[in-house]
Amino acid sequence: MNKRTREPLFHIVKRDTHSLKRIIGVRALAILLALVLCGIVTMVTTGLDPISVFESIFTGAFGSKRKIWITLQNTAILLLISVALTPAFRMRFWNVGGEGQILMGGLAAAACMICLADKLPNGLVMICMVAGSLAAGALWGFIPAFFKSKWNTNETLSTLMMNYIATQLVAFFTIVWEVPKGSGKIGIINQDSNIGWLPELFGSKYVLAILVALLVTAFMYVYLNYFKQGYEISVVGESDKTARYVGIKVEKVIVRTMLLSGALCGLVGLLLVGSINHTVTTTIAGGQGFTGVLVAWMCKFDPLTMVFASLLIIFMNRGAGEISTNFGLNHSYADIITGIILFFLIGCEFFINYRIQFRKKAAEEGK
Amino acid sequence: MLNFLLAFIPRAVVQGIPLLYGCTGEIITEKSGNLNLGIPGVMYVGAISGVIGAFFYERSFADTAAMNPALAILIPLLCCLLGSLLMGLLYSFLTVTLRANQNVVGLAMTTFGVGFGNFFGGSLIKLVDSDVPSIALTATSAFFSKKLPFAGSLGAIGDLFLSYGFMAYLSVAIALIASYVLNHTRTGLHLRAVGEDPYTADAVGISVSRYKYAATCIGCMIAGLGGLYYVMDYATGVWSNNAFGDRGWLAIALVIFTVWRPKLSIFASFLFGGLYILYLYIPTGMDHMELQELYKMIPYVVTLLVLVVTSIRSKKEDQPPASLGKAYFREER
Amino acid sequence: MKAENAAVSIRGVSKAFGSVRANHKVDLDIYRGEILALLGENGSGKTTLMNMLSGIYFPDEGQIFINGVERVIRSPRDAHALGIGMVHQHFKLVDVLSAAENISLGLHERLNIREATERINEICEKYGFDVDPRQKVYDMSVSQKQTVEIVKVLYRGADILILDEPTAVLTPQETEKLFDVLRRMKKDGKAIVIITHKMHEVEEISDRVAVLRAGEYIGSVDTRDMDVEQMTSMMVGHSVSLNIKREDPVGVRPRIEVKGLTVRNDEGVLKLRDVSFTANTGEILGVAGISGCGQKELLEAIAGLQPVESGEVNYIRDDGSREPLLGKDPLSISEMGVSMSFVPEDRLGMGLVANMDIADNMMLRTCRKGKGPFTDRKPSKKLAKEVVKKLDIVTPGITTPVRRLSGGNVQKVLVGREIASDPKVLLTAYAVRGLDINSSYTIYNLINEQKERGVAVIFVGEDLDVLLELSDRIMVLCGGRVSGILDARTADKNHIGRLMTTAGGREGHE
Repeated sequence: MNKRTREPLFHIVKRDTHSLKRIIGVRALAILLALVLCGIVTMVTTGLDPISVFESIFTGAFGSKRKIWITLQNTAILLLISVALTPAFRMRFWNVGGEGQILMGGLAAAACMICLADKLPNGLVMICMVAGSLAAGALWGFIPAFFKSKWNTNETLSTLMMNYIATQLVAFFTIVWEVPKGSGKIGIINQDSNIGWLPELFGSKYVLAILVALLVTAFMYVYLNYFKQGYEISVVGESDKTARYVGIKVEKVIVRTMLLSGALCGLVGLLLVGSINHTVTTTIAGGQGFTGVLVAWMCKFDPLTMVFASLLIIFMNRGAGEISTNFGLNHSYADIITGIILFFLIGCEFFINYRIQFRKKAAEEGK
Repeated sequence: MLNFLLAFIPRAVVQGIPLLYGCTGEIITEKSGNLNLGIPGVMYVGAISGVIGAFFYERSFADTAAMNPALAILIPLLCCLLGSLLMGLLYSFLTVTLRANQNVVGLAMTTFGVGFGNFFGGSLIKLVDSDVPSIALTATSAFFSKKLPFAGSLGAIGDLFLSYGFMAYLSVAIALIASYVLNHTRTGLHLRAVGEDPYTADAVGISVSRYKYAATCIGCMIAGLGGLYYVMDYATGVWSNNAFGDRGWLAIALVIFTVWRPKLSIFASFLFGGLYILYLYIPTGMDHMELQELYKMIPYVVTLLVLVVTSIRSKKEDQPPASLGKAYFREER
Repeated sequence: MKAENAAVSIRGVSKAFGSVRANHKVDLDIYRGEILALLGENGSGKTTLMNMLSGIYFPDEGQIFINGVERVIRSPRDAHALGIGMVHQHFKLVDVLSAAENISLGLHERLNIREATERINEICEKYGFDVDPRQKVYDMSVSQKQTVEIVKVLYRGADILILDEPTAVLTPQETEKLFDVLRRMKKDGKAIVIITHKMHEVEEISDRVAVLRAGEYIGSVDTRDMDVEQMTSMMVGHSVSLNIKREDPVGVRPRIEVKGLTVRNDEGVLKLRDVSFTANTGEILGVAGISGCGQKELLEAIAGLQPVESGEVNYIRDDGSREPLLGKDPLSISEMGVSMSFVPEDRLGMGLVANMDIADNMMLRTCRKGKGPFTDRKPSKKLAKEVVKKLDIVTPGITTPVRRLSGGNVQKVLVGREIASDPKVLLTAYAVRGLDINSSYTIYNLINEQKERGVAVIFVGEDLDVLLELSDRIMVLCGGRVSGILDARTADKNHIGRLMTTAGGREGHE
């Protein structure tokens, strides 16, 4: 007589514990699947067989000494950006203004190189550059932090708008400083005197950025996990009510943390202008302010994991770049490949946090 | 002054239409509690999908005069809707089914979508081997930007109200319909409940996932139309990479400005359309072209100020949907 | 297997959350024309079991029969279709919608608010409810919200009603009104299940009692065949004494002096008006009142968390000197050498950080102590171990995130930390809300210990029986005003109930 209705096929249960083995396993599988999909997409667009696809990707990233250096340098920059954004994100402050903070840092560095070149000795110019870009990045972090702490203004959108304001400022100064007039470009700054060009360490122009990135990453790890300020950031991020309750001044922590986050982004701008490009353009950050957000988030805001994540992203990015050059594809090909990897990595979190339970049949039979 | 306004307003309106599509789409999405930061990417994908459709249809004719007007409009339109729908499904799958963080998915979608647009745009440009880095779909565009027949004969009124392509009127109609559905129908009531408090909605038997999927996908399709309008009507069928720029982000910011009301978004979009091109109308003189770059800042500075002002005077009715940005899991404890 | 005439028969139902077994092979029958009280300690699985009936959770195994037919309840929609309606402890209402919109939420017919309004008025008349269909939920009092919830369930024709701790937030008078309605519905032939911790209410309202313990069904008995002691021992598995010991206060001196305190909340609503009182050392000052009558603001103002419009809060030192506390934040208060502990209502949202482990939560209060930029985790680990041991906290270890602990253990962590700093003043808000009897008594004992140490305790509570047994004096708040301060040893419960709704002899809500 029993009218049976169908039981749902499965339902989803939250996991209580996360074993490290599982986390690594799920992520590795996700990366593998992403690579397979990237390979298929590449095969379809280029007609290459799968083995040569991955050969090309590998050659693109590590094919020559110079390529290895560039891959490492780009990794260092992405790592530095991700690490710079991390304190803000630990505080649950959505700093998507990395682009703008980097641009401002770069702009300040360029301004010092251009305006102070014939007034101060090289050493002093460099000191000004460092101070200027840190301050400019910090300022760009401070403004949205101030609004957030004062009126709880949505920081995702305010930091975004700060990006465009920074872009337009750079565009403005690009025309003011353009060489030659009417070209719409600044060109290489101080090409002859090399004033303000940050030093090459160990005889290589790539080492400085890599070294700075590693130092900042190590510092950030210690800062977040063993400093009182790092602990305060975590408390504010979890619950600002709790923070107030134990007497942490939430407004102060927000502003302080964003000053730090912004200043470190400014440092990236300094490296990009002073050490790598020796010029400034509106696209100097190249969307890495956003990629950095994704890297930081995927690594659960742990600076050490970010080393691997940024290497993976840059590796694929460089590889895709190689393929697109070899086969005359558009350069945005790399964005598509990066996107695919990101989607897989974001999606796989589900299998770390939840468990799918399939229907049990035995108990229902025979009634 | 009057002449200036007569020239300025129609240009502001056409600038505002893509924003209006994006804004309406994002409002519907956000009402379901999904904050889709992937809208800029969606608009790129919508635009390029339409362009691809139009490109192959137009190329299948040696003489573009032989094109069927209905198909010339329908093919790009459907391609655009399909492309944006797929983006909507991707976003919903990741955030609703897999409960991934919405901001992260959104940002990744924007990276992906802009890359997708530029990649296929670039590929098409290669296909035609043109000297300039753009594709011109003038014939298709002519159908999209066809004005009402009597627009020219009505003087100023005609210029102000009747001088646009059909997608302009469509955008206003969609905003009005969205406003009606949200406020006066059961679907709208349920959607608002899902966005405000999914646990409550679920407890009364509203399927939270279904509403989130539907609102996000419809929202993405509407936003995608904004991209299509930009290429086919505003840009007269010319696609060039990155030309669409940052309008998608502005559309998202507009949602806050309009306090989640599609009706308000009509005027807000036109206002921001005006701000977007205001720099062209502020005299700089030939010696100070750089000032134009500063004036281009205006819409962003205004948006920032608007954000701050709305956060200062926070009213209960003007708050974002309470569950905005949060993943829903029924058995959360 | 199943009972013949039962409205609902649950057979062998189990449900686990991760490694926690919430229900294990539970059998339960619910009949029409009967009020069943579902009893059990916290974490015994009462709410989980009822959530499976209302389609919120899905059982891992077992069967559910409705009117003798086996049914699968996959979603709340299925539950409605079967006539099951549940009023949750945390109301399921959308704040920005009106009562009528909330009530008609989830239905399929065309949206017609006017028609819905008429039907709501009909239901209200039949059972004696008082609801304004146009009122927005965020404007409503707790008891109004609850009424809307019940009307919502009836509106969709439910004849099996489940109420999860409905009286937790009501005054005695409101509770009486609710019970009248429940009796009327019972007469109407509806099956009613009520989950509650308050034993005297169980005796008053229920016909039958069913008991769960640690997720398992223990048994059911007619209410008239049992007394409170028996029910309690059935719940906890052994008998417990129900008396709170109360020593007479020793060495009473004024410690906290509040004068003319007036507070407005962020929305500009007056939450406290001209409140004056003194809290003494070695004494527990109970604060009674309908929830939301300014209790939270009062404690937070004293603790330095709430901006104040006017008035004074003074700390009186042992030598009689007065220190103003207003305008100072918690940090500067503790820097003044005033040792004040505060157990807030919102344990995981305010008192503790849910995602941090027990040791890191201990560090919240002490993290700023000591010089240098680095944190010192050693003392907090030591303290965590001590607290866990002393208060019998059930946890895998001190590195377990607090969110994974049960409600009672969470509260023990919080109270343990607050007491560890040897406070002179202890503020507690709803310290036993949601706790089972055993945990509640642990907390009462801790508070009494503090009183005997000479601490000035301010205890905001909701259960008048507890307030009357624990406090030395009771201050009654109504609509932000003090409507009376009474001696707890002589005060009468009904008198307090009246004071809770009448400010200083006048109507409270103006």
